[in-house]
Amino acid sequence: MGGHLNFNHLLFLGHGALWTIGLSLIALGGGGLAGFVIALARVSPLKSVRLLSAVYVQLIQGTPLLVILFLGYFGLAAVGFQLSPLAAAGASLTLYVAAYLGEIWRGCIESVPKPQWEAAEGLALSRSQRMMKVILPQAIRIATPPTVGFMVQIIKNTSLASVVGFVELMRSGQIVNNSLFEPFAIYAIIAVVYFAMCYPISLYSQRLERRMGRGKFNLAPA
Amino acid sequence: MGVELDFPAVLERWPSFLGGAILTLELAFFATVLGAFLGTLAAVGRRSHSLLIARTCKVYVEAIRNTPLLVQIFLVYFGLASIGLKFSAFTVAVAALTINVGAYTAEIMRAGFEAIPRGQLEAAEGLALSRLQIYWHIILLPAVERVYPALTSQFVLLMLASSVCSQISAEELTAVANYIQSDTYRAFETYIIIAVLYIFLSLVMRAGFWGLGFVLFPRRRRLGTPL
Repeated sequence: MGGHLNFNHLLFLGHGALWTIGLSLIALGGGGLAGFVIALARVSPLKSVRLLSAVYVQLIQGTPLLVILFLGYFGLAAVGFQLSPLAAAGASLTLYVAAYLGEIWRGCIESVPKPQWEAAEGLALSRSQRMMKVILPQAIRIATPPTVGFMVQIIKNTSLASVVGFVELMRSGQIVNNSLFEPFAIYAIIAVVYFAMCYPISLYSQRLERRMGRGKFNLAPA
Repeated sequence: MGVELDFPAVLERWPSFLGGAILTLELAFFATVLGAFLGTLAAVGRRSHSLLIARTCKVYVEAIRNTPLLVQIFLVYFGLASIGLKFSAFTVAVAALTINVGAYTAEIMRAGFEAIPRGQLEAAEGLALSRLQIYWHIILLPAVERVYPALTSQFVLLMLASSVCSQISAEELTAVANYIQSDTYRAFETYIIIAVLYIFLSLVMRAGFWGLGFVLFPRRRRLGTPL
């Protein structure tokens, strides 16, 4: 115990920060792919598919990410499937992100004006053609600002992977703290690093939103 | 690998689960009430003519919204300890959750404030309402009415996020589960049970907020739409 924060500690924290970014990208990639499937399933013409995907979203959105992580790491290990911390964290975050992105994207697909669907149908496009050539290109535009905003949530949520022992930024901070025991200073540094990662993305998402003309009531009273 | 699931062995600990669930609800309740108050203050503060107050509120909101709750909880926990203040884990958890949800509430309330038509403010001024009256009747109440659904889903998310307080040994539902699984070696069953409990709690909260909205906003009910 004792000693001061030195270059090696900072290097270790930097390494953790890289893993935070890595895990966020894994969650965004996996969760994005699965979320896309969820979003399509939520607007499927088949009632059973719609119902199944709605149940999935409700179940995940009703459970804390921490519990999903514990299930994936300790729960599965107890029934004979031992996942590495990275695999457990990546899988749990993927499941979690898929439910939220799926729901955000469903809203975007549904907010494409109805006449667009009807016109595409009138042009005798098949359902998949309508989706791919008419609806999705417009939905993607609508979806960009909230998706960028959700990336902030993903980065923040990767901090929970520390509880299953995955050494990302938060965990590396805890490890450094175990040798120095200056919790306040170290967690303050960690907070600043998270802020430095998240704030630019927040700003970018706000700018995208304004550019879409959603900020029109920004002119409201002083 | 033939692992038998044994839910009854874990379910016989139901009094602990119940106690944890009640503590989770208590955490969520106090943090929601205090956070709604703090968030509304911060949202009003952001509209202040004093640049200092407006800036401070903005920094608070952005700092909280761009850092993880887990880090905030540790900062509050060790921050209070380092200035020599000793509080129970429950108090620290409520404080951290309040600070956290306050920032999100402020952002939601701000959207509500901004959606109020300028003409209504001018009309209120024309009717010689005082500043306080304008704030209460023309700005605050209609704004809350408008953003009520967004606020309530934020509060449900807060209840779920309170699971993170298990990390500073507040004895809420997740902490109880951690203890039971280390005692029974039945991690899978334990976490499935609390996942179901959390889903149940979030349904209960949503139903409660829906009912509360029904009572609080009769206008919304009559019109069938928000405003």
